[in-house]
Amino acid sequence: MSRRSAAVIGAAVTAVALAGCTSTAPQQVAPGEPGPISVKAADTACDVSATSAPAGKISFSINNSGTKTTEFYLYGVGDRIMGEVENIGPGLTRQLIVEVPDGGTYTTACKPGMVGDGIRAPFTVTGTAARSVDENAKLAEATAGWKRYVTSQVDALVPKTQEFVDAVKKGDVATAKTLFPVSRSYWERIEPVAESFGDIDPKIDGREDDERDPGVQWTGYHRLEKDLWVTGLQPDSNAIADQLMADIKDLQSRVAPLSFTPVELANGAKELLDEVATGKITGEEDRYSHTDLWDFKANVEGSQGAVSALRPVIDDKDKQLGPTLDARFKAVDDLLATYQTADGYKLYTDLTDADKKKMSEAVDALAEPVSQVAGVVTS
Amino acid sequence: MTVTDRPVAHPEEPAPRGVSRRRLLGAAGVGAAVAGVGVAAGFAVSGSQPAPTPEGVIPFRGQHQAGIITPAQDRLHFAAIDLTTTNRAAVIDLLQRWTRAAERMTAGAEATPGGAVNLNPDAPPTDTGEALGLPASSLTLTFGVGPGFFDKLGLGAQRPAGLAPLPTFQLDQIDPALSGGDLCVQACANDPQVAVHAIRNLVRMGFGTTAVRWSQLGFGRTSSTSTSQATPRNLFGFKDGTRNIKAEDTDLLRDHVWVPPGVGPAWLEGGSYLVARRIRMHIEVWDRTSLTEQESIIGRNKGEGAPAGSPKEFDEPNLANEAIAPDAHIRLAAAQNLGGVRILRRGYNFVDGSDGQGHLNAGLFFLAYMRDPHTHFVPMQRALAGKDRLMEYIEHTGSAVYAIPRGLGPQDYWGQSLLEA
Repeated sequence: MSRRSAAVIGAAVTAVALAGCTSTAPQQVAPGEPGPISVKAADTACDVSATSAPAGKISFSINNSGTKTTEFYLYGVGDRIMGEVENIGPGLTRQLIVEVPDGGTYTTACKPGMVGDGIRAPFTVTGTAARSVDENAKLAEATAGWKRYVTSQVDALVPKTQEFVDAVKKGDVATAKTLFPVSRSYWERIEPVAESFGDIDPKIDGREDDERDPGVQWTGYHRLEKDLWVTGLQPDSNAIADQLMADIKDLQSRVAPLSFTPVELANGAKELLDEVATGKITGEEDRYSHTDLWDFKANVEGSQGAVSALRPVIDDKDKQLGPTLDARFKAVDDLLATYQTADGYKLYTDLTDADKKKMSEAVDALAEPVSQVAGVVTS
Repeated sequence: MTVTDRPVAHPEEPAPRGVSRRRLLGAAGVGAAVAGVGVAAGFAVSGSQPAPTPEGVIPFRGQHQAGIITPAQDRLHFAAIDLTTTNRAAVIDLLQRWTRAAERMTAGAEATPGGAVNLNPDAPPTDTGEALGLPASSLTLTFGVGPGFFDKLGLGAQRPAGLAPLPTFQLDQIDPALSGGDLCVQACANDPQVAVHAIRNLVRMGFGTTAVRWSQLGFGRTSSTSTSQATPRNLFGFKDGTRNIKAEDTDLLRDHVWVPPGVGPAWLEGGSYLVARRIRMHIEVWDRTSLTEQESIIGRNKGEGAPAGSPKEFDEPNLANEAIAPDAHIRLAAAQNLGGVRILRRGYNFVDGSDGQGHLNAGLFFLAYMRDPHTHFVPMQRALAGKDRLMEYIEHTGSAVYAIPRGLGPQDYWGQSLLEA
């Protein structure tokens, strides 16, 4: 369970394709089309040759006539940057091409010296540019793909948890211990989805020291983990096992009607790695069984599942990010493979500080590009 | 298309760096501070270390890197960083991005344009934001490379001799976890938040290419690097760095701090070496020592900072005078007893909380620049480690040596002279 179990990824984020796309490539001006809007950027003035333009690609040509290095921005509402060009030295001219799909009021700004609010003026965009049908189709396929993945994991989680619960109820501690990390893997791959139901996650994956309302019992995987590894099976272990099964089935029924947005996928991929960083590398998650590396592996697999679903959209928007993600996922997989044993993974308690540092570095290296996915798919 | 960890727009031509920082920042104070720095024999030192502008901006580019002889700021965040890759192209890409972000941050700007709050709200901000609205605060970012940088990137032929390991000194208690590093970034500022912000953002940009090995926060500069600065005190309560080399000592800088031409790889000419030593002070034991004993150990009085037997702080210590004990710190560390070698010290006090036994985990984070650690730091530390009575109250717990490339020209990135040598 996450330290931030209250975090809900279900918040609707529907708007996609929000950001302006920018480029500074020299623009071919077709006959009859307007040339770029010229901007004279001085130390104390920012003269923009036009105050409006139709929606779509808007070109600016910025000449720095001042003495300071300057920047030019086109801001949207709330100073959201639609496009900018930095590092324009004195005497130099730079091109900025911004794709602005929606009409409205924007703001131009020159920023001599790189700091402060800059020298601003309103700028009007008229009309609306058509969005790409192809892009929307790819996003729809991405979210549908993730839904299939989540469903497949939950559909396996139910029977695997049933096997685990059955072993507990038979009093077969050895078998139950073997099945514990296996059944959890299906849970860990889709944990952010389960966490989006604020009430299910604490019941299934709560920890002993979590705060609970008065009279609410500690239930779920970790309670049984403690019984199996530390205290021995208790008089109410069977009841706890039945409750876990019921809660897992509840999860299955609640996942069925879910649908996801691209941002939810992207954030889910990132949150799974947050889980690794805050729970698994620290050994907090499975503190009795020390099977944290099973969960680590499953979190990473789930993250990769979400990223894979989004991959066609990522590749359309940023050619470099996909290969970086591939390389970083592989580095984590390769590292984890070195800790594999005949029946799973090394126990957390067998890891050295150097092992943990290596894992932490690999997860940092992966989580940074994964954290960019949401921005890329909404750009 | 917007890529959120990079500038939104990529200039279609090389970044223009032709403007000097002074020009960039406006006319205020331009040229005023250059006077007094002349051209030394065959080795230009002019115009490179001006004083901060009224906005608290210290020029990022120049003959020498800022953060060495520019006036010492009050706060430090020092990061020793390892490469996690041997891919030279990946390192060059990072160094170019670092340089752009570092120059921006030293000007008081965000690490990336609009990075804190003005980009795609569905993406994590590309500047972490805690320095928003704060002035540049005289931030300097100084870059250096350690031995591992050469090993990992196959640059063995460019490795300077000065990076050979330091010997083990008597009473050293060096912790490998607080030592070494393939590269370093020294962030100094007059606001700790500004220094921490700079390191944090650079470290974040490096994930996948670099990882922090250790880092150290410091406060209360323990050395002055300009005659315009008063001598500060270390945590033993004594003025520290009275006889330090100052920015105005052009000849001493030339002879002792900057690497001269012809003695090593060309990329290091005009650069320097940095020796970093984490020196734990046994504060509580020192505090139970009489004033007479404290002053005798140091060789100066505590109030004025005057050398024993002399009335004023800046009086030349009279080493012929027995008032300065044979094992006094200032006698052992005096250039006269070390064949004339001098170093430029730029250290900071540190308190890393308590040690779990009710004592301050505190001391001096010693930073010193010199033209060769083995001719300058080693003899000095050898003399001190063996005889200095101060050693009863301190122990060296961390150690690192870095080569510090010269300053950046208008278009250069950190390490370029080395990587493209």
